[in-house]
Amino acid sequence: MKMNRTQKLLTHFILATWTLIVLFPVWTLIVDSFKPQKEIFSSPFGLPQHFTLAGYKSVWVNGNFGIYFLNTFYVTIISLALIVFFGSLASYALAKWNSKASTAFYIFFIAGLMIPVRLGTIDLIRIMQFLSLQDTIWSLIPVYVAMGMPISIFILTAFIDTLPKEMFDAAKVDGASEWRIYFQIVMPLLRPAIATVAIFNMMKIWNDFWFPLVFIRAEKSRTISLGVSLLFGQYRTDWTRALSTLSLAAVPILILYILLSREFIKGLTAGAVKG
Amino acid sequence: MKKLRMNLRANGIWYLFLLPALLTYLIFMAAPLIDSMRLSFFTGRGYTPTEFVGFKNYIDLFTVPLWRDRFLGALKNTIIFFSIHMFIQNSMGLFFATLLSSDFRGRNFYRTVIFAPATLSVLVTGFLWTLILHPYWGAINHTLKAVGLNSWAKPWLGDKHLALPVIALTSVWQWVGMPTVLFLAGLLGIPDELIEAARVDGASSWNVFWRIKFPLLKPVIGVVAILTFVDNFNAFDVIFAMEGAKGEPGYATDLLATFFYRTGIAGEQPAGIPNMGMGAVIATLIFLILMAGVLIWLYAARSDEEGI
Repeated sequence: MKMNRTQKLLTHFILATWTLIVLFPVWTLIVDSFKPQKEIFSSPFGLPQHFTLAGYKSVWVNGNFGIYFLNTFYVTIISLALIVFFGSLASYALAKWNSKASTAFYIFFIAGLMIPVRLGTIDLIRIMQFLSLQDTIWSLIPVYVAMGMPISIFILTAFIDTLPKEMFDAAKVDGASEWRIYFQIVMPLLRPAIATVAIFNMMKIWNDFWFPLVFIRAEKSRTISLGVSLLFGQYRTDWTRALSTLSLAAVPILILYILLSREFIKGLTAGAVKG
Repeated sequence: MKKLRMNLRANGIWYLFLLPALLTYLIFMAAPLIDSMRLSFFTGRGYTPTEFVGFKNYIDLFTVPLWRDRFLGALKNTIIFFSIHMFIQNSMGLFFATLLSSDFRGRNFYRTVIFAPATLSVLVTGFLWTLILHPYWGAINHTLKAVGLNSWAKPWLGDKHLALPVIALTSVWQWVGMPTVLFLAGLLGIPDELIEAARVDGASSWNVFWRIKFPLLKPVIGVVAILTFVDNFNAFDVIFAMEGAKGEPGYATDLLATFFYRTGIAGEQPAGIPNMGMGAVIATLIFLILMAGVLIWLYAARSDEEGI
């Protein structure tokens, strides 16, 4: 739609104002993490006058941030691999198998889209105790994989439905088994949909705080969000360290987002797309 | 006979394809959700149900003043928290999307910025805002005092009446990108000819928006509404980060999810012994509220489709 000059100016004014409101906390977070406490209080917005890395150093050394980072990384990668593998297998079956049973399974999976698994936490704690997984990162992975099934099956089944039927029929006539069709034909074609599924779940898992809070106490098993919450509690009055902790958690994600913003937006809003 | 065996073989393979997803989903999601309802009829120490008590937990929640006040308080706060998102966040999203749907340089930049906070962890943004809103040293009160508005500098997170709306607004700051992007996709999907035709007929921008675009956005509005509902009836991280598990000050920011966490998982301090049965009751009630919302949405979406 075409706009006249005044409209254009007004649009820019409104959006630029919101841009400032969005960027202001992020800006203060980053610049203030390099300032000594006194300077944070006296001039919170300017570039650091007395540049210091003390916050980062002590957070990294005292906080075992390296461990938190690796734990979060392993949990996210392993969960995502399993979500994509289990989800695409199931979606292929649900898309290709026409029967009452497959419709019922599909509805059963999709019902989970609107229901947060959190509400089953008391039982999940009992299950993890029974499996002796509490306090390890392995308690998180099965829950995340289960949590990822509805959205993944929703997206992937819809995607497989759009693939031309003749392709599967031709492969069948040539004598290919369902397994071969899945691995050699479907999997490679699914790539764009898998990227969407992966980003959606990646952000949910990477940022999750509830399950680490409930399942994990041991230092060696903490994830970034649990580590940040404990460190922040400890440094509440030491702002340089508190802000360093927060920016160590926030900046890597922001950089990734700036590099892949289109994919991120598509991935994170995927749950709302009507299939 | 041969046909039957072939049929079984053909379907058996599909069960194999479904098995890993089905098992994980059943054991770690469906079963715990359903079993939570069973646990709500029991009492027990820690996480082990020992005694069947029927509806006693439910009756206690609604009649024992201590429980009832907490539950009703959390329910009220959750409704307020949800409403702020529903009306403020989603109206802002629709407004931003309308601006972004016209063609001008820099709109991709604005879209990227508006959505950016949604990628961050709620916990991190919550902590960041507690520092910014700090009554003495926070950047907001610092600025207000610097420009002479001393009386405007409030203890944002320590005031009973301010804390909940202020926290909800920081959450709007984080999440407004979601409805913006969804509404934008909806607006861009409206065929240009439709709008051109209306303009040729002399309709003003205002009329084009309310008479043509808005009605066509109805399905997107429905989706945004239900997502807002489900997300906010579960909100926990932001309150935990900014006001702790007790929803300070004086339970003024206690939501259903923090109440659930305190009761069923962490246990009330200082004893710290979780009341499993009561926790399961709260989880069940949240579950029922969510189901009711989703069913209303499905019903509305369906009758809307039939209406067209």
